[in-house]
Amino acid sequence: MDSDNEFLDNVDSGNVSSGDEGDEDFGMDVDPASSTERQLDTEEYQYKVLTTDEIVQHQREIIDEVNVVLKLSTPTTRILLNHFKWDKEKLFEKYFDGNPEEFFKCAHVINPFSKGTEAVRQKTTRNHPEECEICFSLLPPDSMTGLECGHRFCLTCWREYLTTKILTEGLGQTISCAAHGCDILVDDVTVTKLVPDTRVKVKYQQLITNSFVECNQLLRWCPSVDCTYAIKVNYAESRLVRCKCGHVFCFACGENWHEPVQCRWLKKWIKKCDDDSETSNWIAANTKECPKCSVTIEKDGGCNHMVCKNQNCKYDFCWVCLGSWEPHGSSWYNCNRYDEDEAKAARDAQEKLRSSLARYLHYYNRYMNHMQSMKFENKLYASVKQKMEEMQQHNMSWIEVQFLKKAVDILCQCRQTLMYTYVFAYYLKKNNQSMIFEDNQKDLESATEMLSEYLERDITSENLADIKQKVQDKYRYCEKRRTVLLDHVHEGYEKDWWDYTE
Amino acid sequence: MLKLFKKTKDKIPKSEIIIEPKELKTPPLSKCGKPLLLDNTRWERRLHKELMSLIKEPPPGVTVDTESVQQNLSEWKINIKGFEGTLYEGEDFQLLFKFNNKYPFDSPEVTFIGNNIPVHPHVYSNGHICLSILTEDWSPALSVQSVCLSIASMLSSCREKKRPPDNTLYVKTCNKNPKKTKWWYHDDSV
Repeated sequence: MDSDNEFLDNVDSGNVSSGDEGDEDFGMDVDPASSTERQLDTEEYQYKVLTTDEIVQHQREIIDEVNVVLKLSTPTTRILLNHFKWDKEKLFEKYFDGNPEEFFKCAHVINPFSKGTEAVRQKTTRNHPEECEICFSLLPPDSMTGLECGHRFCLTCWREYLTTKILTEGLGQTISCAAHGCDILVDDVTVTKLVPDTRVKVKYQQLITNSFVECNQLLRWCPSVDCTYAIKVNYAESRLVRCKCGHVFCFACGENWHEPVQCRWLKKWIKKCDDDSETSNWIAANTKECPKCSVTIEKDGGCNHMVCKNQNCKYDFCWVCLGSWEPHGSSWYNCNRYDEDEAKAARDAQEKLRSSLARYLHYYNRYMNHMQSMKFENKLYASVKQKMEEMQQHNMSWIEVQFLKKAVDILCQCRQTLMYTYVFAYYLKKNNQSMIFEDNQKDLESATEMLSEYLERDITSENLADIKQKVQDKYRYCEKRRTVLLDHVHEGYEKDWWDYTE
Repeated sequence: MLKLFKKTKDKIPKSEIIIEPKELKTPPLSKCGKPLLLDNTRWERRLHKELMSLIKEPPPGVTVDTESVQQNLSEWKINIKGFEGTLYEGEDFQLLFKFNNKYPFDSPEVTFIGNNIPVHPHVYSNGHICLSILTEDWSPALSVQSVCLSIASMLSSCREKKRPPDNTLYVKTCNKNPKKTKWWYHDDSV
């Protein structure tokens, strides 16, 4: 995509570095020809960033394309397309497949070819006054209007009805006829005609544009706050897209770009982190309840003889078997009833919960740690910028100091990838490939930490050449390792190596 | 029939601001005892027309408490009789209709009031009614009369007098306004 190049700003170019622990292959001011955000697949993922106007335009184009074939009225086609989630192939398929009665009925449109509509039209050319069923006024026919379904109401009532639906209920393309039990939809041209208020019209336009983007599988709003762009793709897939506002995200799920983990696992993970299921896991793993008053107790040391601190309870019981303390006599530190089946089962269950909690926390801590570091890395951009300026005063050219910015870019990408590798790993079952993955992860992680450390060092004119060398070698190595890790995971997806725990 | 419910959160409560239309002073009565039209706003005209047709040709078993209406056009009390041959034969119930200023584009708030709340699987003991036309299936082309008819037929088709299964919890936790409850309409057969 066009935006990639300006971001990547390849100062270096040329040969491929050795990519191994690269301390010895210095002096090559070169970079892997790859762009750092390069897709693993060779073909480019085609997408476009659309402004709101372009979205409206795009909408019209789709309608026109369909109308070349169907030759229906534009508003009707719009309703039909909306019904099929703007998938014109599906619309055509159903249109030419099934029976037209059923087709139009499902889409809540009156079949334009049925003879019934003629009758309705004729009926409406009468001259005597009609009563509006909403305001109960007798009005001349030219003050009354209705859809093809034949339910007629006065213009004022229509206006109020539509305004309420749009402003109060936030309905757009799904407003139906005002008659009770009639599900025929009001088309956009009718709405615009009947509602004179610009404020309502603008809101209506927003609502139908929004539903167009949201139900269209090939479009997604940029999830960034206050961003009004949408991304349009040719086929929906979990791929990296970059909005004009600079936000980078996954097209399929709208989350930050989360390679190598797949959308569904990330979704599960986020939910797991968000809800308090882990809190209750912790409570289950680390506490017991007083067998008498059920107050939750965390044992933080001492013997097994428990006395409930609840002033109204003060029950004496054994922590191990949760039975009354009395039969235990004077054996404060042991419970000889410990091996009873029931107690054993309870203990095993608790053991299981404890280890699953420990496992979760292991991955969670590392995930959060990289996320946290990534935030600090953003601060690093500021300090690096300053360093770059200083270095330029020490007889270095602008182009010679660009390696620093590049290093921070790569550092951030590595952090982001590492962060999501922990989500991937959490759901992964152990097998040979998962062990290779973990080695890759470990390798990338230690290299990333080293790069991070180099970048935090003070740069003086004495160590400058040395630092530059080290930083460049390290970031090349990191980048290489990142690609290796991602390639390996993708190969696994293709060859079905990965087993999941859930 | 309703099984689940929750408080409306995501949807803007339809009738959050209920602006009471200015109360009518007791309107002069026409010869047949019907109040005369005083104001010609569309809102009042519609309510007056509905009232007149309800007084003139009430559905069987339905009577309007005209006194309550004369005091305040936006709150009607309507008496409804249990039909013969149904489980509610011989019982009298009272409904309260509240109309906000968006009526009829917004649905009326309808509850059972008084001492006798019908024991019915769609009626909570606080008088709230689970009926889809009172919220999402409302249409401005419906009227007080059609709501009364729906409620009457809901009562008539009942085969077992019992409260909704979640009555206790609902009555404890619900909003005073039944329209703020997000209803799940499960079964239209009862």
